[in-house]
Amino acid sequence: MLKNIHSQKRVQLLFGFLIGIVFGFLLQKGGVTDYNVIMGQLLLEDFTVVKIMLTAIVVGMIGVRILITFNLAELHPKPGSVGSSLVGGLIFGVGFALLGYCPGTVAGAFGQGALDALLGGIAGMLIGAGLFAALYTRLEASILHKGDFGTKTIPELLKVNPWIVIAVATPLIIALLIWIETAGL
Amino acid sequence: MEWLTMSQWSPYAVGAGIGVLSCLAFFLSNKPLGASTAFARTSGMIEKLCRGNKTLEKAYYKKFKPTIDWEWMLVIGIIVGSFISSHLSGEFQMFAVPEVWRQAAGDSFFLRWLVSLAGGIMLGFGARWAGGCTSGHGISGTLQLAVSSWIAACCFFIGGIATAMIVFRILLAS
Repeated sequence: MLKNIHSQKRVQLLFGFLIGIVFGFLLQKGGVTDYNVIMGQLLLEDFTVVKIMLTAIVVGMIGVRILITFNLAELHPKPGSVGSSLVGGLIFGVGFALLGYCPGTVAGAFGQGALDALLGGIAGMLIGAGLFAALYTRLEASILHKGDFGTKTIPELLKVNPWIVIAVATPLIIALLIWIETAGL
Repeated sequence: MEWLTMSQWSPYAVGAGIGVLSCLAFFLSNKPLGASTAFARTSGMIEKLCRGNKTLEKAYYKKFKPTIDWEWMLVIGIIVGSFISSHLSGEFQMFAVPEVWRQAAGDSFFLRWLVSLAGGIMLGFGARWAGGCTSGHGISGTLQLAVSSWIAACCFFIGGIATAMIVFRILLAS
């Protein structure tokens, strides 16, 4: 039944749109479509972004693993390498701080009226993505596969059951969140 | 229904909501939440309008076809969802220069536009270089415990915090 739903193109486009609406609604209610909140995080004054992300990770990590246990979902880990994940991540970080939005929240920021998100952020991202497509062949041949580790997950790397990693990571993340709260951040 | 018109929810409620939504996306669409490929596809669509089908010969657009897909619709949905949320709470407001930037760098929209455009270019470039963004790697990839995503997500914040500190604490502080 699930495979059938997954293969219906129009239904999937509608699902994407509806899930996007809920995602945008949540991001806006969380305050993270606001430049001031994101810069507060990067200046280490306001930890709203980290609180939202870590909570989403804990809930999603457990939820998706339950779905997999009952054969109701499959994982799609992205491939990575030192050359792509690390270098690309740092370039992304510089852009993240200059813009004050990320690719999802820039769309949400535009939705709540931020013109810098549209004229600077969205316009710039289209240029940046186009630039990457133009340089892709050269980058792929030179740096993108340096130190390749494929689509490995942490449990595969450590050769343990995924539930063990979840059982260790969950209390650690909760402890970190409690520490952030008690520090008043 | 008062909660729908509140201007802000607890970050833990929002985070839990996004976690549940991720599960729903895996269940209903067999897809992790993500945003940055939509920008690459749109860029390809614009290029195709200007340069025609030659665009499709680029290796990158063979991998990420410049068409409307699930994730593209998701990004449009984010715009709509944020509009609805901000409209309900009365927070919707058109503005060009955000407050924290104004306090540090002044009212000039031209300056804010230049910096945000430069930021947008690096963000789009870096997201495709790393193969994902704060959603695709930062939430969806990390919750799948992918090694690539944990490294990328840490680097997003290392690069972001370092740059924010240099810009706000050094360049704009004087």
